[in-house]
Amino acid sequence: MNESTLISLSLFALFAPLAGFIITLLTGKRLKTAYLIENFIISLVLLASIIALFVKLAYYVDKDIVSEITWIDLGIVPIMGKLSIELGILLDNVSLIMMFVVSLISALVHYYSIEYMRGDKRYNRYFAYLGIFTFSMMGIVLTHNILMMYIFWELVGLSSYLLIGFWYEKKSASDAGKKAFIVNRIGDLGMFAGILMIFVTYHTFTFDKIFAAIGEGILPFNSEFWLTATGILLFCGAIGKSAQFPLHVWLPDAMEGPTPVSALIHAATMVAAGVYMVTRIFVMLTGDAMLFIATIGALSAFIPATIALTQTDIKKVLAYSTVSQLGYMVMALGVGAYAFGFFHLVTHAFFKAGLFLGSGSVIHSMHHEQDIMKMGGLKKKMPITYWTFLFYSLAISGIPLTSGFLSKDGILASAMSFGSLTGYHIFAVVGFLVALLTAFYMFRLLILTFHGEPKDHHKFDHAHESPALMTVPLIVLAILSIFAFYTLNPLDAQQGWVLNKWITTPTSVVPESARYPFMVNHETHGSAEAHGQIIHSVEYTESLHHSHYPAMFLSLFVALLGIFIAYMMYEKKKMDADKIAGSMKPLYNFSLNKWYFDELYGVIAIGASLRLTEILKWFDNTIIDGIVNGSGWITKVTSAISGWFDNWVIDGAVNAVAYISGFFGIALKKTQTGKVQTYVALAVFGVMVFYFAMRLL
Amino acid sequence: METSTILNYLLFVPLAGALLLMVFPSANKNAIRYFGLFTSLVTFIISLLVYYSFDSGVYGFDKFQFEFKYSWISDLSISYYVGVDGLSLILVLLTTFLTPLTLLSTWNSIQIKVKEFTFFMLVLEMGMIGVFISLDLFLFYVFWEAMLIPMYFIIGIWGGERRIYASVKFFIYTMFGSLLMLVAIIWLAVYASSSTGYFTTNLLELYKVSPALGLDIQTYLFFAFALSFAIKVPLFPLHTWLPDAHVEAPTAGSVILAGVLLKMGTYGLVRFCLPLFPQASVEYAGWISLLAVIGVIYGALVAMVQKDMKKLVAYSSVSHLGFVVLGIFAFTPEGMQGAIIQMINHGLSTGALFLLVGFIYERTHTRQIADYGGIAAVVPVYSAVMLIVALSSIGLPGLNGFIGEFLILIGAFKSPVLSNWMYAIVAASGVIFAAVYLLWMYQRIFFGPVKKLELRGLTDMNGKELFIMVTLIIFIVWIGVYPTTFLQMTDKYSSALVNSILSVNGIIIR
Repeated sequence: MNESTLISLSLFALFAPLAGFIITLLTGKRLKTAYLIENFIISLVLLASIIALFVKLAYYVDKDIVSEITWIDLGIVPIMGKLSIELGILLDNVSLIMMFVVSLISALVHYYSIEYMRGDKRYNRYFAYLGIFTFSMMGIVLTHNILMMYIFWELVGLSSYLLIGFWYEKKSASDAGKKAFIVNRIGDLGMFAGILMIFVTYHTFTFDKIFAAIGEGILPFNSEFWLTATGILLFCGAIGKSAQFPLHVWLPDAMEGPTPVSALIHAATMVAAGVYMVTRIFVMLTGDAMLFIATIGALSAFIPATIALTQTDIKKVLAYSTVSQLGYMVMALGVGAYAFGFFHLVTHAFFKAGLFLGSGSVIHSMHHEQDIMKMGGLKKKMPITYWTFLFYSLAISGIPLTSGFLSKDGILASAMSFGSLTGYHIFAVVGFLVALLTAFYMFRLLILTFHGEPKDHHKFDHAHESPALMTVPLIVLAILSIFAFYTLNPLDAQQGWVLNKWITTPTSVVPESARYPFMVNHETHGSAEAHGQIIHSVEYTESLHHSHYPAMFLSLFVALLGIFIAYMMYEKKKMDADKIAGSMKPLYNFSLNKWYFDELYGVIAIGASLRLTEILKWFDNTIIDGIVNGSGWITKVTSAISGWFDNWVIDGAVNAVAYISGFFGIALKKTQTGKVQTYVALAVFGVMVFYFAMRLL
Repeated sequence: METSTILNYLLFVPLAGALLLMVFPSANKNAIRYFGLFTSLVTFIISLLVYYSFDSGVYGFDKFQFEFKYSWISDLSISYYVGVDGLSLILVLLTTFLTPLTLLSTWNSIQIKVKEFTFFMLVLEMGMIGVFISLDLFLFYVFWEAMLIPMYFIIGIWGGERRIYASVKFFIYTMFGSLLMLVAIIWLAVYASSSTGYFTTNLLELYKVSPALGLDIQTYLFFAFALSFAIKVPLFPLHTWLPDAHVEAPTAGSVILAGVLLKMGTYGLVRFCLPLFPQASVEYAGWISLLAVIGVIYGALVAMVQKDMKKLVAYSSVSHLGFVVLGIFAFTPEGMQGAIIQMINHGLSTGALFLLVGFIYERTHTRQIADYGGIAAVVPVYSAVMLIVALSSIGLPGLNGFIGEFLILIGAFKSPVLSNWMYAIVAASGVIFAAVYLLWMYQRIFFGPVKKLELRGLTDMNGKELFIMVTLIIFIVWIGVYPTTFLQMTDKYSSALVNSILSVNGIIIR
């Protein structure tokens, strides 16, 4: 197995889904079984990803492999010389692990959808869309430059648009698709500005070259402030794509899409792309940029968690939970916990995809009922769905022996040590608080759905366990949420192979004065960077070590507390949920109405801009076109006046001459009688007049 | 000077075709259509021949190929002088490519006075090609004005209800600008004669002497030219003839108007304003870019509330052409390349949008967005094609619009002349609005339940329509995925032009 095989496998995994999309779309109309082509292709992609990951980890674990081609040749540019834009792929451990995650979940969702979507009138087209999504996502994962990432970034936005609005007959679905696309674009504007900043400064889009240049001390506008700004601008893209505060509003609405899509795109992969992007640009983030990122992450972890407490739509709860968990990852990266942030992305992808597929299984058997208040007692009817759902819930709550515990605990420990080193304890506090809320709302969801008595007997009677194509993916994802896949010590992820061997925190290239103090390694400066292993100072490593056990016990305690409260409230009914809600009505309403974000944006952004456009339309029609038509009118009036003048004055003068001549002509013609006597008489008269006149003078 | 006659055929073939049409009996509509299509295809093939023997490795903004010169008014040194470089050629190709497709699209929609219509279309084609290949200002002016006449008739005879108002407005508005340009041409030639020793409108000779004029004279001349071009672009606030002309024009008229005629404005800026008046161009770049950026945002916002599909697309043109002007006045190779490719993109995407609106209008006889709803299920192919074209207009990566906008924004961002990144950032936010108005229109037309009973009876695109659209989409994707094919035609030209202007102004790039 050599490098070129690895590159070929990755390129196959990238482009095969595109071929699947095109073939399925073109043949889908006539060929009833076109979806099988897409399923076959995704299986091959999964196989290729597994082999590639294996080869990479077995033979090239410390080597990054790059393959690139020239895309746009800009020719000779003043001062900069020859300039071209490259496209290419970067195969490192992070990208290949991510490629595996994407292709696995994508494949499972494909198989699951065969049953879930059966009977849909656009069945084949659905699979075609899954194909283009997988292609776009692979592009983001594999790319070696920020521009190509942006290109595929927009393409996943498109596939997301198509899939959210898949049932476009429903207005809410097409609204949600449009909202997702536009809200994402707002974030992308920032990202685009960041990309411009990078290109103008470094004349390249390639990550490695950018980082090398920053390492040499080249900064945008020669200032650390602008390096911070560039990092934050790029992060804006992640705010949109990963549904972070304040652009998180699109994700809950995106639940209008088919549930397997929610699992694939809006839980496991696409929304994680923002987090993935931050890991890619991690080394160029300054301390200030990271603090900003951590703050956004903390807000995004906290706000949706409080909203999820009161929602009654099974998918909405999971959607807010997703935003909250993504906030966790972003916060982790912000506090410098690179490896844990990425690790949580992977573990969350599996259990959250599982949760969504599980909810899909429930919705499927309940005839598209999504209100958990109308469910209950499904445990006996749907054992596989129930037990896997329980396991996922344990994982997301962070109970030991699950993968979720490993990653969550790591993030909390990092947040704690970050607090002790920098004084910003708030992130740890938010982390534990969110852990409590998460455990509570997940078990509220679980108990209301599966335990107790059925509330809608009609639907309950028809409910049944889903067929194997739907339950097997649930089992696979549950297995992947067991700790043993990542480490042999269920209490410490850092001893496992994933964090110990595969994912190592890269060395920051930011000038030391702009880093977090703890990311500057004073003691082992030269040798550490040479090995490319350690970026944190000794104090940080020690601090992390110290916070490991406190974080573990505390997180276990809050998780169990959350589960216990949910159990007492909804299972034992020792506490009356309604009464508690009633006793803090304003808070309850605030949560139920999602902190009124949609209303706020509705008034500010949409209302105001529609108003503005109406005003501009009026301005265009009345003022600008008014000036044009006005000058036309003035010309017309002027010409009318000129016409009148011409007709009456100038032509009048001409006519007057003619008239006067005519008048005298008529008057004098009387004298032309043709009789000689008259002429003689007149002549004599004339001579006499002349004579007397002379005499008088 | 090496002479070549091939460019003459580009002008001669459509004209000869138009004249030959006279002998056809008016009743035989299909023969007329076939003959018109045939003529435009021959023209297209000739332009391809030019493309294949064109050497894109020539560096310079005043180096032309396939030149042909014939003395016309020898006392004034005015000659019939044509030639192409990358910029001309790519726009000639756009013209010869769009004309047959447009003629094909009128097969059913134009039923009255087919002969006259085809005649005017061919004359129009000749006029447009003439504008792009003239190397003599006088000749250029003749083509520039001559081309108004067929367009005037196309709008005025085959247009909608307010066609007379629209065609007169179109004619007078553009004529107003052109007259100032004529004055400026004469003035320029007179000024130049002091250094050349004789009166001439030969562009290449004027290129040499004109930049030496004082800034005050350059300023007057620059604005006289620029006003005429800005009306044609149209640059905010000179755009109001455009929505009226588009709405009233028949589909074919709109396609040519948006596809090619607007490009004549931006072409004029690049070909004449910049190299003839380099100091004035740089001096006023900030103000013109400001208008361009206002146009980007303003056009998009006004497009958002339009109820008529054609009007919406027309305002989107104001927005897109704003990008092109911004790219031109950034004075960077990226910006210039982006502006040129964006001219092509706009021709393809907006042309396609107008065609699509025309297709549905032929079936339902309404362009009001509110009259539609939920037709995605009824006409799936049409809705898929519309989505691709709309996304290309939105600037989705992978399709053509992105390449142009992206290069323009890079250019504007690093521009040594504008030296303020706000232009790029504000213009970039126009991209968000583009998504808003196009996706909103798309949603209202295609999504939801089928709104009216009669919409259920809509037929999907027929073979001919599909052929036209697929041809356009091939290029939309081609430019999006591998723009080098097109960019390399003009990359030497762009850097030569920018370098020359910057060095005349003594601007050092950081």
